[in-house]
Amino acid sequence: MEVTKVTNATRVFKIGEVETKALRGVDLSINDGEFTALVGPSGSGKTTLLQLIGLLDQPTTGNVSINGQDATKLNRNQRADLRKNAIGFVFQFFALIPTLTAYENIEMPLLLNGTKPADRKKRVNEMLDAVGLSDRAHHRPDQLSGGQQQRVAVARALATNPKLILADEPTANLDTENGKQVMDIMQRLNKETGVTFVFATHDPRVIGYANRVVTLQDGLITNDSKANGKS
Amino acid sequence: MFQTFKLAYRNLGRNKTRSFLSALAVAGGMALLLLMVSVLEGEMRGALNNTIRLQSGHLQIKPASYEEGKVSLKWEDLIENPDQVVSQIKSLPQVTVATPRLVSSAILTLTDESKGVQILGIEPDSAANGPFREGMLDGEFIHADDREGVLIGNILAEKLKLTVGEQVNLLVTTSNGDVVEQLFTIRGIYTTRTPGFDEFYILMPLAKAQALTVTENHASSIFIMLQDNEQAEPVAEALKSSNYQILTWQEQNEFVVLFEDFANAFFVILYLIVLGITATVVTNTLVMAVFERTREIGILSAIGMKSGGIMAQFLAEAALLATGGVIGGLILGGIAVAYFTINGIYIGNYGITGVLFEDRIYAHLTLENTIYLAVIAYIVTLFASLYPARLAARMEPVEALHGMGD
Repeated sequence: MEVTKVTNATRVFKIGEVETKALRGVDLSINDGEFTALVGPSGSGKTTLLQLIGLLDQPTTGNVSINGQDATKLNRNQRADLRKNAIGFVFQFFALIPTLTAYENIEMPLLLNGTKPADRKKRVNEMLDAVGLSDRAHHRPDQLSGGQQQRVAVARALATNPKLILADEPTANLDTENGKQVMDIMQRLNKETGVTFVFATHDPRVIGYANRVVTLQDGLITNDSKANGKS
Repeated sequence: MFQTFKLAYRNLGRNKTRSFLSALAVAGGMALLLLMVSVLEGEMRGALNNTIRLQSGHLQIKPASYEEGKVSLKWEDLIENPDQVVSQIKSLPQVTVATPRLVSSAILTLTDESKGVQILGIEPDSAANGPFREGMLDGEFIHADDREGVLIGNILAEKLKLTVGEQVNLLVTTSNGDVVEQLFTIRGIYTTRTPGFDEFYILMPLAKAQALTVTENHASSIFIMLQDNEQAEPVAEALKSSNYQILTWQEQNEFVVLFEDFANAFFVILYLIVLGITATVVTNTLVMAVFERTREIGILSAIGMKSGGIMAQFLAEAALLATGGVIGGLILGGIAVAYFTINGIYIGNYGITGVLFEDRIYAHLTLENTIYLAVIAYIVTLFASLYPARLAARMEPVEALHGMGD
């Protein structure tokens, strides 16, 4: 089943009189349970594509749908609702709220979607356990290592049971060991829960985890292949 | 809601100095306004009470021919047989004091100088003279049967270097137009702490003032004090007569009321300036916070927080700043107001015709004013946060997250 579909999407940024075409007409369909890597050099448009899929931005032309729903027709708050319920994010810079503990960061999306306190507590503890950070629950981000922070971010992204997780350069700021840990966790969760992952990356080690690799060049998809026969 | 405030509290704790200074700006503004309001209230209240106690009473009965500013000793311009009128007035339950008074212009002459004064003929035993008795600085109060004694105010005594026991010559024009003079002995020196009164009024027993001016059994007015200010109108209505004019304290002190209105309007401008400065500090603090936390706004938006939620986050921070500021302002302002309520502010001889200001203004803070100012300071602080809150709420998630990839 299709989790997200991008149809003939373009994205043009205008800075003063200068127009930059970040995407020049992209078609992409991601199915349930895929572990997809968007790869390409800097400026190829992979982050822009990820932002369109994540409804953080809107295409200049074309459409983006999530779970069959055309998101380009939604207003700002409706897109926020769809993000809240259907999409999780993992960013390159960890993206935790610095004033909240690991527990509270993971709890935040559950608060936003109105999960009851008892269910919230149970789910947060499950997610802390899943990323191996139960003993760091009440530490704030500045008391955690980069790898631990990114694991909290993964836990937060998965807390509301979204069908789709978008990760932008999830290992870019991590050393090899921590990068591997984070990727292992994401792969395990993909296999255990069937949640779909799409991540943008330069890192060849990360690409190695993917079962589908989509290559972008100058705002266009130049290659789309299943990697090494992985499922 | 609780989570919003919890996060807001922690966000304010990120930069404690800045948050403290912002709350201090609200507190300082609030404290300044409390002091300004209480001083204005105290000044007006003091001036009005003073004028009522010393000059106008709650009510005055004047002859039918009375005109404002006119001091006439002609019999047709005086109240005949005032004791009889007083005994009728005293039968009203609201009346606490009623006493006849005679006012006459006079010239006080010494060997080398002279000064225009007002003679106030009073019944020395009347409770209406409380302010003079309480303010005796030297000598003793006059008696009803004293035919040569007078009391003078301390400002007059200082200006003319007069002391108790000295004699002064008073020159008056009688009711029949003759000019007479007589030597009087200063029995005592009083102060009402009201320079405008203490420089000009010489007190003498009513009987002597009547004899001197040939106005026996007549008075310029009946001075009436009531149980409280609010009774003036109904009692005036009850006393209404074609033979007299009944003037309430409001009618006699129109200038004070007018002055109060003017002062209030002027102070509103000052309030706006103070609150404007406070609001600017709060706006500045929160705008800085919005720009510092742009990426976090993007994160919250990415995980599904709507514009309203982001706006509420900044409004909650403003509400906490306002709460801290208002509480701090109440404490700081309370201390300042308490000091000036006890010690007053010395203003000296601040003369405005028709208004008897004391030489000190004592702050007077009412609960109503306190609540009013606290609510205004709170609302202004929240209002000041609207711009930064909207700025945050309108931020596009992709722009807020800018710089995290290609």
